[in-house]
Amino acid sequence: MIGRERMTVASQRLIAERTYELTLSGRLVQEMRQPGQFVHVKVAASADPLLRRPLSLCHIDHKQGQCTIIYRQEGKGTALLAQKQPGDTVDVLGPLGNGFPLEAAPAGSRALLVGGGIGVPPLYELAKQLTKRGVKVVSVLGFQTKAAVFYEEEFAAFGETHVATDDGSHGTAGRVTDVIEARSLEFDVLYACGPKSMLRALAERFPNRPVYVSLEERMGCGVGACFACVCHVPGSETAYKKVCSDGPVFRAGEVVL
Amino acid sequence: MNRLAVELPGLSLKNPIMPASGCFGFGREYARFYDLSVLGAMMIKATTKEPRFGNPTPRVAETPGGMLNAIGLQNPGLDKVLEEELPWLEQFDVPIIANIAGSTVEEYVEVAEAISKAPNVHALELNISCPNVKKGGITFGTVPDVAAELTRLVKEVSAVPVYVKLSPNVTDIVAMAKAIEQAGADGLTMINTLVGMRIDVKTGRPVLANGTGGLSGPAVKPIAIRMIYEVSQAVSIPIIGMGGVQTAEDVLEFFYAGASAVAVGTANFVDPFVCPTIINDLPALLDDLGIGHISECIGRSWKTSAHAVHCRA
Repeated sequence: MIGRERMTVASQRLIAERTYELTLSGRLVQEMRQPGQFVHVKVAASADPLLRRPLSLCHIDHKQGQCTIIYRQEGKGTALLAQKQPGDTVDVLGPLGNGFPLEAAPAGSRALLVGGGIGVPPLYELAKQLTKRGVKVVSVLGFQTKAAVFYEEEFAAFGETHVATDDGSHGTAGRVTDVIEARSLEFDVLYACGPKSMLRALAERFPNRPVYVSLEERMGCGVGACFACVCHVPGSETAYKKVCSDGPVFRAGEVVL
Repeated sequence: MNRLAVELPGLSLKNPIMPASGCFGFGREYARFYDLSVLGAMMIKATTKEPRFGNPTPRVAETPGGMLNAIGLQNPGLDKVLEEELPWLEQFDVPIIANIAGSTVEEYVEVAEAISKAPNVHALELNISCPNVKKGGITFGTVPDVAAELTRLVKEVSAVPVYVKLSPNVTDIVAMAKAIEQAGADGLTMINTLVGMRIDVKTGRPVLANGTGGLSGPAVKPIAIRMIYEVSQAVSIPIIGMGGVQTAEDVLEFFYAGASAVAVGTANFVDPFVCPTIINDLPALLDDLGIGHISECIGRSWKTSAHAVHCRA
């Protein structure tokens, strides 16, 4: 069930350049299930900024009643969010959207998780849940530069983890696809979240394989009513999917990237 | 006595609160949050004859106190709305105001005739003011003669009362309102969004793929209030007001300006529960202000204030 709650900030810390890890407490956590789902957060009670911010769930902890979100400070909304201190509350709507299909990777299979920049966080909960189901997880994380890298060790705890940076300041120099190629990484199913260009490159490289991609789009309502975040469906000019409510995770080929 | 009940052409409303067209889809999403029967009415998303995908993304951008959108009247088309959306909405005790749009006069007329016959459609809202489509929309809503002729033709075929949604993007909204009233409109809805734009400081390019978009939200409320204040004194048909409504206080402000009901738009995106919250809050607000029935408030600002005349300059 989607709910709305003023959740309490349990902790907040800077984990990379302009990148924050925010942990929230509240009963809404019990509704959070799928990795890849997101919450829609109102960062201020005022009308500026007016709209909520879609932020993906990075870690769900039912026992503690806490969830973690990782976001990059880009504009006014995220700057205000970065100022929140433990004990402060934020207005959260969620969980929203459909996450990564876990059943696509049966126990004993091999899943390749590919994240780009601020697309990395939802893959953490995915890695956790896949590992729990007996799936072997290999992660490839791409960042622009060393200062932007986060959660490398956290992913390594679940299995083989590679990092690529655009400028070569950490890990392999180049793109996530370069790492996959250079290391000849094999997989039964691939899950990815990151810039559209990265998702497109992955979909094109593995056209006949099970590839699931999580899309990002500017949203109004987050629940499917405003039609702001639509994307095209191949072969039709009028058919569409809404990123917020049909996605944000789609099987590659289901929507035009 | 139901202190919130209002009577409008074609619409016996248990309360004067309704989601605005384009901000509530066809109700399916918000029906997951609450029983839509609590609403006074529902203005469903603009329907065109053929399905429309709308404009490329990004289609929304934020601005202080408001948002810009350039959705471009995306909708599943007349047939799907008649076959799927309207029958689904019959489970709720809520009158529907069907917003209709078109690229040509013929298309408006065809959609109006068909959709006005649906059993739960109690009124039409003629969309001649969408700023985000190249054909139709606002092109019909900025020239009084054109708007009046379209209103007359739609009135001829419609089985239910016709409300015309006015654009604020005109020089003289009173002239437009009068022309539409004379053409036989049963009511007005106002205002639609204001054409606006944002430019990305990093790239130097417009934020919206469409370039411009329609500004809505609290930022436009004073403009809506002023326009309703002017138009309501110049016409004798009722006005459904909208533009930045977020609270019960906002609703009363629209009534004081001259509205007889109020639609809530952008605020639904910020708070999915905003409509039922406003409906719940209204009686206590009326108590605080010593108001017996909400309809007593219609046009109070210009009916009772000597100051009113000066404000109109």
